[in-house]
Amino acid sequence: MLGNLAYDIAHLLGGGVLLISFMLLYQRRLAAVINAFAMQGVLVALAAAWQGIAQGEPGLFLTAAIAFAAKAVAIPLALRLVLKRLDLEGSAEPALGIGATMIGGVMLVALAILVVLPATAGAHALAREDLALALSVVLLGMLMMISRRNAIAQVIGLMGVENGLLLAAIGAAGMPLVVELSTAALVLMLAVVAAVIALLMRERLQSLDTQALHRHRGEQG
Amino acid sequence: MGDHRATPPAVLTALLTLLAALLALAAVGAVRASRTAGVVHAGTAAVCGGFCAVAVLALVLPAAPALALPFGPFWGPSMVALDGLSAWFLLILGLSGGASSLAALGYGGGAMPARLLVPWPLFLAAMALTLAAADAFTLLLGFEAMSLASWALVAAEHDRAENRRAARLYLVFAIFAAACLIPVVGLLAIGPEAVGFAALRETPPEGLRATLILGLVLAGAGAKAGLVPFHAWLPLAHPAAPSHVSAVMSGAMTKVALYVMARVLFDLCGPAQPLWWGAPLLALGAASALLGALRANMEEDSKVLLACSTIENIGLIVMAMGLVLAFRGADLAPLAALAAGAALLHALNHGVFKTLLFLGAGAVLHAALTRRLDSMGGLIRPMPWTAAAVMVGAGAAAALPPLSGFASEWLLLQSLLAGWRTGALGFQITVAAATAIAALSAALAAAAMVRFVGMAFLGRPRTPRAAGASEHPGAERIALVGLAALTVAFGILPAPLLDLAAGGVRLLSGGAGRPVMAALGLAAGDGAARLWPAGVFLLLALIAGAVVVALRARGARGFTTGPAWACGFMAPPPHLPFGDPLTQPSAAGLAQPLRRMLGGALLGAEERVTMPDPGDPRAATIATCAEDPAFPYLLAPLARLRDALAGTAERLRDLSIRQCLMLSFSLLIAMLALVAVLERG
Amino acid sequence: METLAGILTQLLHMALILAGAPLLLGLIRLAKARLMGRRGPHPLQPWRDLRKLLGKRAVVAETASAVTHVAPFVAVASALLAAFLIPSFARGMVLAPLADLLLIAGLLALGRVAMALAGLDAGTPFGGLGAAREMAFAAFAEPALILAALTFSIIAGTTNVDAIAGSFQDGAVGVRVSLALTFIAMLAVAVSENARIPVDNPSTHLELTMVHEAMILEASGEQLALWDYQSALRLMLWLSLIATIFFPVGLASPGSGPLSWLVGIAAFATKLAALGFALAVFESALAKMRVFRVPEFLGAALLLGLLAAVFLFLSTGFA
Repeated sequence: MLGNLAYDIAHLLGGGVLLISFMLLYQRRLAAVINAFAMQGVLVALAAAWQGIAQGEPGLFLTAAIAFAAKAVAIPLALRLVLKRLDLEGSAEPALGIGATMIGGVMLVALAILVVLPATAGAHALAREDLALALSVVLLGMLMMISRRNAIAQVIGLMGVENGLLLAAIGAAGMPLVVELSTAALVLMLAVVAAVIALLMRERLQSLDTQALHRHRGEQG
Repeated sequence: MGDHRATPPAVLTALLTLLAALLALAAVGAVRASRTAGVVHAGTAAVCGGFCAVAVLALVLPAAPALALPFGPFWGPSMVALDGLSAWFLLILGLSGGASSLAALGYGGGAMPARLLVPWPLFLAAMALTLAAADAFTLLLGFEAMSLASWALVAAEHDRAENRRAARLYLVFAIFAAACLIPVVGLLAIGPEAVGFAALRETPPEGLRATLILGLVLAGAGAKAGLVPFHAWLPLAHPAAPSHVSAVMSGAMTKVALYVMARVLFDLCGPAQPLWWGAPLLALGAASALLGALRANMEEDSKVLLACSTIENIGLIVMAMGLVLAFRGADLAPLAALAAGAALLHALNHGVFKTLLFLGAGAVLHAALTRRLDSMGGLIRPMPWTAAAVMVGAGAAAALPPLSGFASEWLLLQSLLAGWRTGALGFQITVAAATAIAALSAALAAAAMVRFVGMAFLGRPRTPRAAGASEHPGAERIALVGLAALTVAFGILPAPLLDLAAGGVRLLSGGAGRPVMAALGLAAGDGAARLWPAGVFLLLALIAGAVVVALRARGARGFTTGPAWACGFMAPPPHLPFGDPLTQPSAAGLAQPLRRMLGGALLGAEERVTMPDPGDPRAATIATCAEDPAFPYLLAPLARLRDALAGTAERLRDLSIRQCLMLSFSLLIAMLALVAVLERG
Repeated sequence: METLAGILTQLLHMALILAGAPLLLGLIRLAKARLMGRRGPHPLQPWRDLRKLLGKRAVVAETASAVTHVAPFVAVASALLAAFLIPSFARGMVLAPLADLLLIAGLLALGRVAMALAGLDAGTPFGGLGAAREMAFAAFAEPALILAALTFSIIAGTTNVDAIAGSFQDGAVGVRVSLALTFIAMLAVAVSENARIPVDNPSTHLELTMVHEAMILEASGEQLALWDYQSALRLMLWLSLIATIFFPVGLASPGSGPLSWLVGIAAFATKLAALGFALAVFESALAKMRVFRVPEFLGAALLLGLLAAVFLFLSTGFA
């Protein structure tokens, strides 16, 4: 019964992460998007911590702490600062309609399940469901990146992808810590780079719309 | 295979007599058209009553073999028979045709031209022949006669350009249906002498042949039933005909097309189909349900609105049929029976309530001389009987308990909710999406019906003509009230009806299994949810009665009337005695929320607002438009293809005589080569 | 014995619903007022309003027809029947076999259509506006509810609310992602069906934003009392539906004695109070959304319902 409960809670946390991925797709206002992303970070950290308890793996607590510090605190705070500096209180108008994006999201989840199910035919039933959740989160993050024009929203989409990867990693028992640490570092780097680009874009182009970059492509001359 | 119940010869003889009577009525209509309209319609009403009696007898009496007629094509006699499936659809035809004839009787005596009186009995006879046929040749004969007779009826009022266009499009689709269905018989039959259903059942098609038959039947019968994407003609043709004809076209003719689909796919193709056969039916049904229901919310013409609602209901029935196929493929006989019960019951219920709604729209057309919702309003006061009957029909179309539409849609939703038991993950996800679409369509249908009833019967009259409307007593009212009574009765007592449909359910669900029944109620399976519509009806009546009694016990306060408030309301100017129609919601206005929420994405709906500058006294205007995707995406490319083909064919005229001969010679050689290849293989 | 218990619990349940619905509404209003720093009305204020309205003579628009007189009774009867079917404190009530979720959805639709027709009856612009919006919102809310029914029917094997509560109470279900998603979808549907913030504002009479109130603008006296009562019933109905399905703790089992009924009633009251307080907090914290954002809100609920079903297929696929 306890094993069942451990699984149920892990599963619920994974489901919560997925739900927030949908909330990210649904939100229009940038501040709300950042809030939702911070919540996703908290849930991912909780999921990692719970796996640490369930698997008896103390390394996962470190993962959880890093995830919490980076994704629930540092990155959202930084993004908020960027927002404040750029005086961006408006909405991130999506390139696709919200409804179409949401329907696309559900289709992606169905696709993820259809792919994961046969590919993991031999694996433990519970692991398969977790993997499906994680893959869905990754795909939804990518969808967010292509469905938003705003650079900040795109950065958050990218970090959603990373959250999905982390979710997959903590689900599989015995994932080496170093892999996790390096991914986290990479993402932090990415976030910094993205923030810098956003600042520069704002300065030079007076817009965060990545469409604006097109005019500055060399080969179009 | 189970027993294919047929009926004793006496019943079949009665049916043939009725068919002969219809032919005689057509002759009567041809001879003295100006005087005999009453005779013809009274006659068809009586014959349709006979159809109902024959159908019920055939449904309750035990089996007997098919009857061979003394005539037929050169290779053998035509065969007729009635089993559980065909008798059920004959019952639908009888109810719809009978009520429509009765209403036509009330439309104004002998003032109908021959071009309406002659095809009408022929139309009914052709549908009955299609249902009674026991061989493929007779089936096709009846089906094509039905197409032709209904075309004549659609084209009857050809003095208006849009009716001519509708008739032309209708003819194109009828030819398309024939072009799909005739090859099906070729694919089913071994040789020309074995086109009897019994012989066809012996050799069920397999593999590619079966898939080809599925595609052709879906296209052919689907085009006649108004299944997306072959539905473009239906909202044009059904309203073009006179109202009693529209009623039968929507109520019965679409069902005859579904009967042909069911007969070929469920009976003649043998007992074993793979699970995926259900998927195309489910998908096309869902698309039809959604598109029809949404269009019904956008249309501003009462009969077009009802025709779009027909597309929706056909979609729901086809969804149920798709589920039957899937459950058969997964060897889930009880669930197949549940879905089959849903399909048959909804076919009957829709046949009744849609006939009622079309006849009601016809009554409004005769009283207020308009089909435009924007010219109606407040008709409940001059036409209380029609209004009450139409509200019952609209309630059934909106699937409100305890009316008939709710019982059958409950069965449909229950079988959709059980769809995951087929076990294939891809199909499960499809069914879940289909469930959402079915529920969405039901809710959209409710919105469309509220809009229809609200625009036509409630509020204030929008035109002087609507204010001066009056109701015709007599046959038309009897037809409306009778159909409304049936709608209520079928809603309260669906279980005895399902008992009557047991033969058809058994045939559709593949031999074994009948739906699990609760006493006087419906059940979704052993241990699953149950529904007692009679109990629901009684409890609702009891509670409403108790509320009335409790309030009256405090002493009735009565009421006074005053002008409508509406947050401040000006008295109408003297030149608008019924109030300014612009202060009431318009058809386009009531459609606005759904047009913006769904119409833009699915129907390409647009609104154009012209707002004059401040100080400019001109009125602001809003224009809306929506286009069915079938026109730009299906019909327009086809028209271009036709032009291209015609252009190519035109070039052949410039060939020399030698080249012409070479063309036919090489064709002959190619055919011979094909024969040689086929015979070796 | 079990039949007798069924009849008694049913009667008790009916009395609870009849008396409790306006009280629940009053408590939510009070909680909301306190959260916003106002003193707020007495919790019995809705009851007092009803009594006042019933004592007044109705003024009916000249252009109104019989629909205006009949519709409130249809709406109240359908809401009452639906509320009587949903178990509150005990399972195995005598009407339990009727308590099908699809029937409840149908009864709610019946009440909604009655209200929309009443809104259209006088031929005033606001009535039509409210009716069109209400029916359009329902077009999104209803499929979300049916998808929730799909999730329940896969887990519990039936759409009967009594049986669903029973199988969830047995604890064999565990914590499921699907149920969490369904819970959120149901909450969104409940908010929309009860015309609460952020979909509609129950206390606004600002013309362009109102939906529910726009339809009953012409109602007065006894009719207005009936409309108000049915909306209180609907709120009660939705909260008890959510409480019974997702938190079946403390439900008395069929055939149990009066002691467990008392426990059940206490549990029911606690659940309603908690849900009502959550609603008040939620409404105080949020602003009403634009009318044409509502389809996105309800569409999200619909897709969550679909997602719940899809995940359930995944976990039952190899069971």
